[in-house]
Amino acid sequence: MQILYFAWLRQRTGVAEETVSPPPEVTTIGALIAWLAQRGPGHAAAFADPAQVRAALDQEMCGPDTPLGAAREVAFFPPVTGG
Amino acid sequence: MSATVRVQDAPFDLAAETALLTAGRGDVGAVASFIGLCRGDDGLAAMTLEHWPTVTQAAIAIIAAEAMERWPLTGCTVVHRYGRMLPGDPIVLVLAASGHRLAALEAVAFLMDWLKTKAPFWKREEFADGSDRWVAAKAEDEAAAARWRGGEGVRGRG
Repeated sequence: MQILYFAWLRQRTGVAEETVSPPPEVTTIGALIAWLAQRGPGHAAAFADPAQVRAALDQEMCGPDTPLGAAREVAFFPPVTGG
Repeated sequence: MSATVRVQDAPFDLAAETALLTAGRGDVGAVASFIGLCRGDDGLAAMTLEHWPTVTQAAIAIIAAEAMERWPLTGCTVVHRYGRMLPGDPIVLVLAASGHRLAALEAVAFLMDWLKTKAPFWKREEFADGSDRWVAAKAEDEAAAARWRGGEGVRGRG
């Protein structure tokens, strides 16, 4: 599974993208966040406040309860600030 | 005519984009425009806009299609820049063309409200003292976007 990070999530994790293989018990976006947060201090900092993290599963916006299913790509980013 | 959407690092040309919306047609009575600029508040030295290259264009196209659906537009244009901007630099251009002014003006306000809350851009500010920070999303932007939620674009005739 490919994980993408944008803005301060990219800065804190130190990577723009990475390939991960979560264990079978990680079945939702929320569980994936908890699992990724254990990858290191940077990841823990990135996911310290999940309320500030938005997610997209295969480029569709989704919430923490969304099942991962057969997702190939999950993106994490802060609330957007364009315009 | 459908919507024109571009995501680019280069600046844009208001006159040229306006001409493209009106060229060869006599049914356009109003073109409303908005240009967002990089504002140099609080010692801001530069601002960098990061985006999600594989998604941004499609996300804006959905927003523009929504505007075309809600108002009787003859066309609309969104050009959003990414990369590093200095104070005074143009960041975003929104144009809406219609037979009458109210639809054009409302559609531009709608497009900006939704761009600010739905298009995948993130701003990082650099200050004269060398510090930098990511811009936090504003509650008032969410509130501004929410006022269009019911799909109640006034079918302007004004």
